[in-house]
Parts: sequence; structure tokens; C-alpha cells
Amino acid sequence: MIRSSFTAALWALFLLPLTAAAQGVADQADVNFDGEQVVAGLSQNTISITANFDGTELLIFGAVKRAELPPPGKLQVIVTVEGPSAAVTVRRKARRFGIWVNADSVEVDAAPSFYAVATSAPWDTVISDTEDLRWRISIPRAIRSVGATVSDSQSFTDALIRIRSESGLYQTLPNTVKISEETLFSTAVELPSNLVEGNYRTRVFLTRDREVVDAYESEIEVQKAGLERWLFRLSREQPLAYGVLAIVLAISLGWVASALFRYIRT
Amino acid sequence: MQIYLPIAEVSVNVFLLLGMGMMVGILSGMFGVGGGFLLTPLLFFIGIPSAVAVATGADLIVASSFSGVLAHLKRRTVDLRMGMMLLVGGLVGAALGVQIFAAMREVGQVDLLVKLFYVVFLGIIGSLMFAESLRAIRRARQPGTKPKRRRHNWVHNLPLKMKFRTSGLYISVLPPLGIGLLVGVLSAIMGVGGGFIMVPAMIYLLGVPTKVVIGTSLFQIIFVTGFTTLLHATTTHTVDLGLALVLVLGGVIGAQIGTRLGTKLKAEQLRILLAILVLSVCIKLGLDLLLQPSELYSIASGGEG
Repeated sequence: MIRSSFTAALWALFLLPLTAAAQGVADQADVNFDGEQVVAGLSQNTISITANFDGTELLIFGAVKRAELPPPGKLQVIVTVEGPSAAVTVRRKARRFGIWVNADSVEVDAAPSFYAVATSAPWDTVISDTEDLRWRISIPRAIRSVGATVSDSQSFTDALIRIRSESGLYQTLPNTVKISEETLFSTAVELPSNLVEGNYRTRVFLTRDREVVDAYESEIEVQKAGLERWLFRLSREQPLAYGVLAIVLAISLGWVASALFRYIRT
Repeated sequence: MQIYLPIAEVSVNVFLLLGMGMMVGILSGMFGVGGGFLLTPLLFFIGIPSAVAVATGADLIVASSFSGVLAHLKRRTVDLRMGMMLLVGGLVGAALGVQIFAAMREVGQVDLLVKLFYVVFLGIIGSLMFAESLRAIRRARQPGTKPKRRRHNWVHNLPLKMKFRTSGLYISVLPPLGIGLLVGVLSAIMGVGGGFIMVPAMIYLLGVPTKVVIGTSLFQIIFVTGFTTLLHATTTHTVDLGLALVLVLGGVIGAQIGTRLGTKLKAEQLRILLAILVLSVCIKLGLDLLLQPSELYSIASGGEG
């Protein structure tokens, strides 16, 4: 919690001078700078994980607000949804004495548990590499890995992206943001069932000529609800009681089944 | 129908879990093994994190063993005195095993060691049992030859002898204590009840009748896996009650079916089936170690651990 509000504060600090500068420049009519702003909304602000949770679809939609005629250059929109980050260890197997064992490992400092990037056109036409680096939009940029001791640490982060992409946790979705009349846009991101609790950051970027024009950010809270929440909290706050409960449950169900079968047979 | 598991944080099919629980329950009732050696790899396979699979598997084994032992108690095929001896050894062994596990974890090769343990133990026990039960079946087919008398080996020359009436034995308490200890260590390291080691050890080392072995093994397993569940719940927080509940439901029903199936089969047939099962799991795990895996990389949450 502290961490996410901290990053939010950082973002605010970062965005404030930027939008102010954009505003200031846009006031001068002769300078070709577009005063376009993005306004966005989400189909849901909180996602509750209950016992029958089986993934959900998140709709992200919005409009581009502008005071004058749209400037030249094609308008593009990028939408990202990012789950809470955590450190992960990526291990690589190697053959030692004839058997495959975990040999090298790389610790990735922070990798989002979920990350989806949806764009309105193929990646290369939407944003430049420098802008991507600055805003950390693409999946490899969203992962932070510093203290790698292995020479080919790149292949470890590649593996991380590959494995998480296969399980639907990392998604690259080109051409999925629909833009109509250079003003309205919408997209849908499929959230898988194996979601981790936490605040999911949603960002919307407006680009023209592969440059970011404006950005919008909001958060969705993903949390367990009902029985799921109760069990999770019990397991953390009163582990002994939780363990005893697990055993009592097992024993009593074992007894009930045994009694039931005896009853059926007689 | 999908169910979201609160601790594992994944969503899986309920009927798949029920079926897996039932299968393990049937094995448990039939052979007196907990079935953990089969369940844990199966849970990995459907995407449950390994730590959760090991800890929750232990809880399921508590349930299916308890359900099975009740059926065996009714038929008086539980040697309680033998069970207590195994149990004392088992609890000491489990505590010891947890220490070994922690030490191995610091070296960073827990996965490999656990797998090697599996391959070695399953391999030895599986092939020994397979050969022995094959001989027994062949002997039974030739009507002329009588089954051999129970041999007296070194086990019968140890001190501290005790009468085990249900098993019809008068032997030293040291071998049961030792077997219990070994099983306890293994159950902590491998996350299994240890029935697949205890059952053959009781049959071949101690000479306990096969019918008594199963009930007695189940009796001991309840306590050792219960202890393991508690340890995991309080230290690693990886017992998933949602997962446990569904598995247990399948497991207890399976255990009842298994116990009844077990009485219909002959002892040699029972043993050869168990041997085949143990060997096939061993071969599968062995191949995993020997063949190049399709994905060389793996992800573990958290920092270096």
C-alpha cells in the first residue's frame, strides 16, 4: 500500500510539470503543439475474487478532449494494465553429471504479476523507442532487472516474459484499441483467473507521430471477497487455528464418509 | 465449474480436483499408502504452486487415511501397538526432516534433492516388491510347492522384544521405531505420508501380515501427515483450505471404495499392483531428470531463496 501510493505520488510529480508545460505551449497559437487531453473510464473500479472467480473482462474506454481542430499526424492510443510488482527468481536448468538441475539464476528486482499492453496499431507505428523507454510501456521495459550476475541475463528476462505470456499473464495486444472519429476509443483486456491481489494500475497514452501527447492513469483494486478473504486472512493472522481447522475438517469429513458408506451397506 | 483457491491464487476445475482426490483415496484404501507421491506431482501438473501442493496434499492424506483406518478398525486389521511404535519414530523423524529440509534449502537445491529421493526410493522399493510378488504369484500357481516359512533374519535377534498380538509377532521394538524414524524424515522432505516405504518395510523386514500392514500404516500416516500439515500451516502458510476441501471430499469417498476393492483382491495381486504404480511414478520422475526439459527456465516468486 505504501509503495503504490508512493509511486502514485511520483507519477503526480512527474505529470504535473508536463501537463502544465503542454498547456502553456498550447496557448501560443503559432507553436504547433496539440493541446489534446485524454479522458478515460473503466468498466469496474474493484474486482472481487470470490470462490467461483474465473477471470473477467475489463473494458477501458474514453475520449480525447481538444480545444481546436485535430493536428496533423495519426492519433494512436496505448492502454496498459499492470498488476502489483514483485521480485522473482528465474532459474535455468543445465546438464550436470547427466541429470538436469537448476544451475544459473537471475533475480529480477521487480516484475509485474500481470501486464497487458493494447495498442490501436502495430507497435512500431504507435510509439518510438525513446518514448517507450521514458514511459516504460512495453513489457520488457516494465520489468526492472539490475543486479544480474550472469552474462546473458537478457535470456532470463526473455524467459520470464515467455513463460508468463504462455499463461496469459503478459499480453501484447496490437490493433485492439478501437478509435472512432479521432475522438472516442475503447478496448477490452481479458484478466485471467490466476490474478494476484493488489492495486492494478491502468494507463492510457495518447500518441501522435510516435510521441506521447498525453497520459492518463487510474487504479483498480483487485481483492479477495467472502470466504476466500476470510480463509486467506485466517491463514496469515492465526496460522495455528487455521492448521487445526484443516485437520479437524479432514478428520470429520473422513469420519462422515466412513459412516455414510457403512449406512449404505447395511 | 471453476473454483478460485484462496492461498494458491489460481482457479481450477472442481471436478478435476474431485477426481484426483478420489483416485488418491482409492489408492489409500487399497494399499495403505497415503497417495501423496502421486498427488503432489499431479497438483504440480495442473498448475498449483509446488509449496501449496505439498502442504495441502498432507491435509488430504489425513482425511483419506482416517476414513480408511476406520474401515480397517472395524475389521480388526490395525496393529495399534505396532502403529504407536512407528508413530513415535515418525514424529522424531519428521522434526529431524524439517531441519534437514531447511539446511538443504540454504544450499538452494531442494527441488533436485527431493526428486532424487523420489527416484531412488521409489525405484528400489518398486522393483523389490515387483520381483517378490511375481515370485509369490508363480509359487501360488504351482500347487505342489508349499509357501516358505517365515524366515528368521537379523531383525529377530535384536533386544527389547515385545508382543504384537494383532500381527502375531514377537520382535524387538527397535526396527518399528527405526522404520518410523526413516518415514518421518522422508515425509518432511518429500511431502508424503511415507506409506510406500512403510508398507514394504513392514512386510519384508518385520514380517507383518499384508492385511494388517495396510491398516497399521494408515494409522501412523494420519498422525505424521497431521503434524506436517500443522507445521506447514504455521511456518510456510501454504495449506490451501479451499483446495483441501475439494480434494478431501473426493478422497474420503475414494478411500471407502478402495478399502472394499482391497478386500476383493489377493495379497500378491495387491502388492504387484502397488509395485507397478510405484515403478511408473519412479520412471516418470527419472525421465524428467534425464531428458532435456522443453522449458529450461523456471520462475520462483520472491528473491533468492
